[in-house]
Amino acid sequence: MSKTSRILILISALAMIAIYFVPVWSIALEAPQYPEGLGMQIWISKMTGDLQIINGLNHYIGMKTIQPDSIEELKLMPYILGFIILYGLLVVIINKRSMLLSWIIIMIIIGSVGAYDFWSWEYDYGHNLDPTAAIKVPGMNYQPPLIGSKQLLNFNASSMPDIGAYILFASGIAAIIILIYEYKKSKIKNTRI
Amino acid sequence: MKNLKNIIYGIAVLIALTVLITNLNSCSKKEKTGPTMSGDEAEKVYVAPGKYDEFYYFVSGGFSGQLAAYGIPSGRLLKVIPVYSVNPENGYGYTEETKPMLNTSYGFVPWDDSHHSELSQTDGIPDGRWVFINGNNTPRLARIDLKTFKTVEILEIPNSSGNHSSPFITPGTEYVVAGTRFSVPVPNKDVPISSYKENFRGTISFIKVDKDKGDMSVAFQLITPPYDYDLSHAGKGPSNGWFFFSCYNSEEANTLLEVNASQKDKDFIMAVNWKKIEELVAQNKGTMMESKYAHNKWSDETHTATSEILTSTRVLKPEDVQGCIYYIPCPKSPHGADVDPTGNFIVGGGKLATVIPVFSFEKIKKAIESNQTDGNVEGIPILKYDACLAGEVQNPGLGPLHTEFDDKGFAYTSAFVSSEIVKWKVETREVVDRMQVFYSVGHLTIPGGDSRKPWGKYLLSMNKMTKDRYLPTGPELTQSAQLIDISGDKMKLLSDFPTIGEPHYAQGIPADLVTKNQLKIYKIEENKNPYVTKSPNDAKVVREGNTVHVYIAAMRSHFTPDNIEGIKVGDEVYFHMTNLEQDWDIPHGFAIMGNLNSEMLVMPGETCSIKWVPEKPGIYPMYCTDFCSALHQEMQGYVRVSSKDSNTPLTFSTGNK
Repeated sequence: MSKTSRILILISALAMIAIYFVPVWSIALEAPQYPEGLGMQIWISKMTGDLQIINGLNHYIGMKTIQPDSIEELKLMPYILGFIILYGLLVVIINKRSMLLSWIIIMIIIGSVGAYDFWSWEYDYGHNLDPTAAIKVPGMNYQPPLIGSKQLLNFNASSMPDIGAYILFASGIAAIIILIYEYKKSKIKNTRI
Repeated sequence: MKNLKNIIYGIAVLIALTVLITNLNSCSKKEKTGPTMSGDEAEKVYVAPGKYDEFYYFVSGGFSGQLAAYGIPSGRLLKVIPVYSVNPENGYGYTEETKPMLNTSYGFVPWDDSHHSELSQTDGIPDGRWVFINGNNTPRLARIDLKTFKTVEILEIPNSSGNHSSPFITPGTEYVVAGTRFSVPVPNKDVPISSYKENFRGTISFIKVDKDKGDMSVAFQLITPPYDYDLSHAGKGPSNGWFFFSCYNSEEANTLLEVNASQKDKDFIMAVNWKKIEELVAQNKGTMMESKYAHNKWSDETHTATSEILTSTRVLKPEDVQGCIYYIPCPKSPHGADVDPTGNFIVGGGKLATVIPVFSFEKIKKAIESNQTDGNVEGIPILKYDACLAGEVQNPGLGPLHTEFDDKGFAYTSAFVSSEIVKWKVETREVVDRMQVFYSVGHLTIPGGDSRKPWGKYLLSMNKMTKDRYLPTGPELTQSAQLIDISGDKMKLLSDFPTIGEPHYAQGIPADLVTKNQLKIYKIEENKNPYVTKSPNDAKVVREGNTVHVYIAAMRSHFTPDNIEGIKVGDEVYFHMTNLEQDWDIPHGFAIMGNLNSEMLVMPGETCSIKWVPEKPGIYPMYCTDFCSALHQEMQGYVRVSSKDSNTPLTFSTGNK
């Protein structure tokens, strides 16, 4: 791979260190009584925002309380991210296209598994409700969307990627572009020969 | 026939006369709306739903003992802050935590007459940290923290009676003063009232205010001749370091003051050089006098007030402070003693005077230096009137009382008897405008109008009588405030609105100086109340002899516990309720049937305790009084009370657990 490509891969890998310091995903809730909005941010290792207030409101519909301490993924994620970053550095050192390809595949797999995992948490919170809850609406579930907005009773819930996720996407897409560039470059070389 | 003609003629004349008289009568009826309205007033006071007012006005409640916060220009009542009077609406003065706030050396006094609000100042400009207010009846001084809009401190003033000339402050909030309106024996003792001249004394107290925390303490008291000390203001700019107190009854009358205290042509404004006295106090001048007084403080950490009885104060007699106090003659029972924004002029308001004297600080200083005196009272020199006078405002209206200032060099004086506000130029003392108010204005106020920096946009006239101004409500009518636009050359009446109690005096401040410090909730992890319940799992009921402590956790929409058994007739039951919400504007209330006490409101993260002594066996429902949530009506529970000799075990639960 060219020197430029390797530098770009290095930048992409190192950029992901920033994900430790910014939220990855965020859920925003809006209601008439909350003009200022309620929010919940999911970081690589923690959750922040108006958790206590959201938990307080959720007890009416019988949703389980969101307790970051009991979510194992938050303990695991920092290591997984560390692995991705180290693997990226390895790609730079070993300097093989196939390594770059495997890095991209690993990122896609981890990203998809992560998204699925997040979705299933949302499903669990939204569907497994206390049958003795004060508010029961037949057929209603309270699962927020993975991306986008949904009206849940008086709340409009929006789930959107946050800075961390954008960094991850950007790094992944950069890697893919570099890979394509490298393949094209070698093709041109091959035809010339 | 002739008779009938005569009768018809007579009737016709009578009818004609009646019509004429009724018409004349209706013509002579005065138009009551007063000044012509120009039509854009509504626009000027309309604050659209969801929009904020430009100013906070803190209007005292007079005999209500409280302080009310209004939004101006809309005149919307934002909050009544309980200060000196108990308030069953939220439990102030009833909960165990707030009861000590109203403690005095006389015991628990659940009421007072709150007259003057005064905002704390930094460098002579209102800073929006605290507002002080006096208790006129049982002499007290209160401090309200504008972070929480809560009364956080009440200090009783020893050796005083009728704390009227209070709580005016120095430009750096170094001191808040408290001057006694009634002279009384100092220390108070059993003497014939007719021995007034010999036994009675006035006191002026200087209360030190802690620069950062605001805590108050009596620094020193001046013992003065037995006059009635009425109002006061601190000097600023060139006159900084001085304080000016108006006083009446230099006749030293003790009966029928209306006549006997109105005999002399002039009473006094007393000028006090507090900076100099401060130095004397630092040198230990004066003596310590035994005098009991209460000092009550609120803690935002424990959500609890504590009351301490203090036992002595430093007093200084005129001979201890020679060269620090002077009397300036002022016509006819002066009321207001107001200092203009530059600090150069002191305006007296002689209740019965036909002019408003304006004294020059420059001239007062010269009169002192060149010893231009006219005798003395108990060693306090009386300066010559003409030597101190800058000039007089002629024809200022009848019964001039109080003066405040705008930022363009104008003064505004209220005239009680002629029920008007008179605008005049400070430099030239000429009247430039006058306006009727409805009716009988006492104080008036402009935001920063007694400070170094007035915001000269609105003036509030506080009126004692409303008569025909509003829909009638029987013999007891509301008093009122009238909002006047003073941004132009001519004063313009914008609106009037009813107030709580007597709107005696108010101070205004741009809203953002207050809103930026607002506290929204108490953090539950920082709650240090000894009876806190930090989680529903910690809720419990504990018996200690005849006393039962119920630790309740409140959370939308239930109490933990909500079923309690084993309480016995005659038990002293304390409900210690903690509101576990951590969200703004979600209070919970607590009330139990037949409680001789009160209900209480508990703010998010706060703990409050209310006492209940059941007198009959039975089932007693309890419930949340603040509409907290959709299921607020379900937020209820039961307490079972058994007879004294019963064996009902003490149990508590929520949700069959």
